[in-house]
Amino acid sequence: MHNQSQYAVVADGLVKTYPNGVKALAGLSLRVPAGQVFGLLGPNGAGKTTTIKVLSTLARPDAGTALVAGQDPLRAPKPVRRAIGVVSQRSGADPMMTGRANLLLQGRLYGMRGPTLARRVDELLARFALTDAANRKVRTYSGGMQRRLDVALGLVHRPRVLFLDEPTTGLDPEARAAMWAEISKLTADGLTILLTTHYLEEADRLADRLAIVDKGRVVAEGTPAELKGELSGDAMHIELRTALDEAAAKAAEAALAAIPGVREIALDGHRLSARADDAAEAVPVALQRLTAAGVPVATVTAARPSLDDVYLRYAGRRFAEANSTEGGAR
Amino acid sequence: MSAVLTDTWWLTGRRLKAGMSQPAYVIVSLVQPVIWLFLFGNLFRRVVELPGFGTSSYLDYLIPGVVMMNALSVNMWAGMVTLEEIERGTLNRFLVLPVSRSAIMNSNVVEQAVNTSFQSAVIVLLGWAAGANYPGEIAGMAVLIGGSVLVGTIFGAFSNAIGMLVRQRESIIGINTFLLLPLTFLSTVFMVRELMPGWMQGISRANPLDWAVVAGRSALSADPDWGLVASRGGWLLLLALIAVALSTRTFRAYQKAV
Repeated sequence: MHNQSQYAVVADGLVKTYPNGVKALAGLSLRVPAGQVFGLLGPNGAGKTTTIKVLSTLARPDAGTALVAGQDPLRAPKPVRRAIGVVSQRSGADPMMTGRANLLLQGRLYGMRGPTLARRVDELLARFALTDAANRKVRTYSGGMQRRLDVALGLVHRPRVLFLDEPTTGLDPEARAAMWAEISKLTADGLTILLTTHYLEEADRLADRLAIVDKGRVVAEGTPAELKGELSGDAMHIELRTALDEAAAKAAEAALAAIPGVREIALDGHRLSARADDAAEAVPVALQRLTAAGVPVATVTAARPSLDDVYLRYAGRRFAEANSTEGGAR
Repeated sequence: MSAVLTDTWWLTGRRLKAGMSQPAYVIVSLVQPVIWLFLFGNLFRRVVELPGFGTSSYLDYLIPGVVMMNALSVNMWAGMVTLEEIERGTLNRFLVLPVSRSAIMNSNVVEQAVNTSFQSAVIVLLGWAAGANYPGEIAGMAVLIGGSVLVGTIFGAFSNAIGMLVRQRESIIGINTFLLLPLTFLSTVFMVRELMPGWMQGISRANPLDWAVVAGRSALSADPDWGLVASRGGWLLLLALIAVALSTRTFRAYQKAV
């Protein structure tokens, strides 16, 4: 079994209810191995940001324990603050200051001084392609530049653990790709990264390990390959022209269940999904039987399992739907 | 302790630089007290003729009042800046750094003190240019400016606490609109106490803005009552310390709600 010190971040049974009654965390537990990118994947409102706030000493949970870089963020916040870098969803850089001045101030507040600090700031400006813009006020930066500066701010003091809360939300595809390339290079120096995202593609691309978070709990955990591998067979998605009433839903499910090799049938609004040992064989049969049962089929697709399927399996809902129905990020 | 001081130094520098990078804002913020001096100075010019007013120049009488009114009206908006920093994520960024909470709050207080001192000094200079006399000279001006800093600290810290706890612009606007005129008119900013109705005299004595006006006006006069200056100044200092301690405590409540 793993030894505690292999984990850069450990959380056990975190519970937090906000004063307005919103239950953000309902017993969330995590183990993040050192030196890896660990992804927290879930829709808006799942509790990802609150988890980061608790682990980074910003928020106090109602219950639960945590260790970050070997220290307790609740009892010993100062050593934790020295060991971590935090890049939150909202920039936090001062728009009236230049990029360089923001970085210098951040370094000074970590106790860095003189030539060491100046060298570190130059190095980060170069690394994040901000050297040319270093002496411009941050309010003139593009979204992508601002985000790169935010990550640089989190790295000034060479932290052991970096928290990245939705690092690419709001970026255009080009800036997002550039940010992904930067993040995947970061663990080279032994840095541990805890990343939250509601982009399935981002989690799949960047994370060595993933925890799927839903309603304040971790519902599944593993490497992206493991999580996808647990779903054997192909995914079938059947889009219906209309939502079904109860009787029609039963008939549709029965029609699919009768096909050999088809299982895990789920109806979510006007989308039917199921797993099939061999989708190529099952799709024509499914189409024929559903039509015979009077179910109005619009489209049928079959695919290798994706993280979306993993999410559906563990959270019981489709990712896009959960994302659009739950409240916005706090 | 030295870490608190150096952190306060760097954080204050950030705020002051941000202010100075907008010189237009600094100039605009001085227009309001100038208008007050001009409007109220002319509107009430002849009240000195009332029996029992006790002074011959209304401008001399008015300047300490306008200095304190300006300190109040500028600093009571401090919570808006705090709110903006919360929304932008700047406050959260500082709260996860290994700096003490008091350094974060102190930097607000010191920045407000520097701004308030500067504005108060400009008002005193403008008054002098308009023909006001300051028999109390440098010591009197120092007391006046120091008093304005304490008024600014009290109401700035109060406003910061409201901003952090309520996190709504409307609340700050509502409270400020409600407080500014009563605090100003239930005091000796414009009128000597002896000529107020009895009930107003009572209320005005409990008004911290009035303590500052009374202390500043006495220190600037030809014959300062240093006992009065010390007692009013002492109460202001005590209130300022309480207000700063309270607003530092609100970080704890903020941490629960964040």
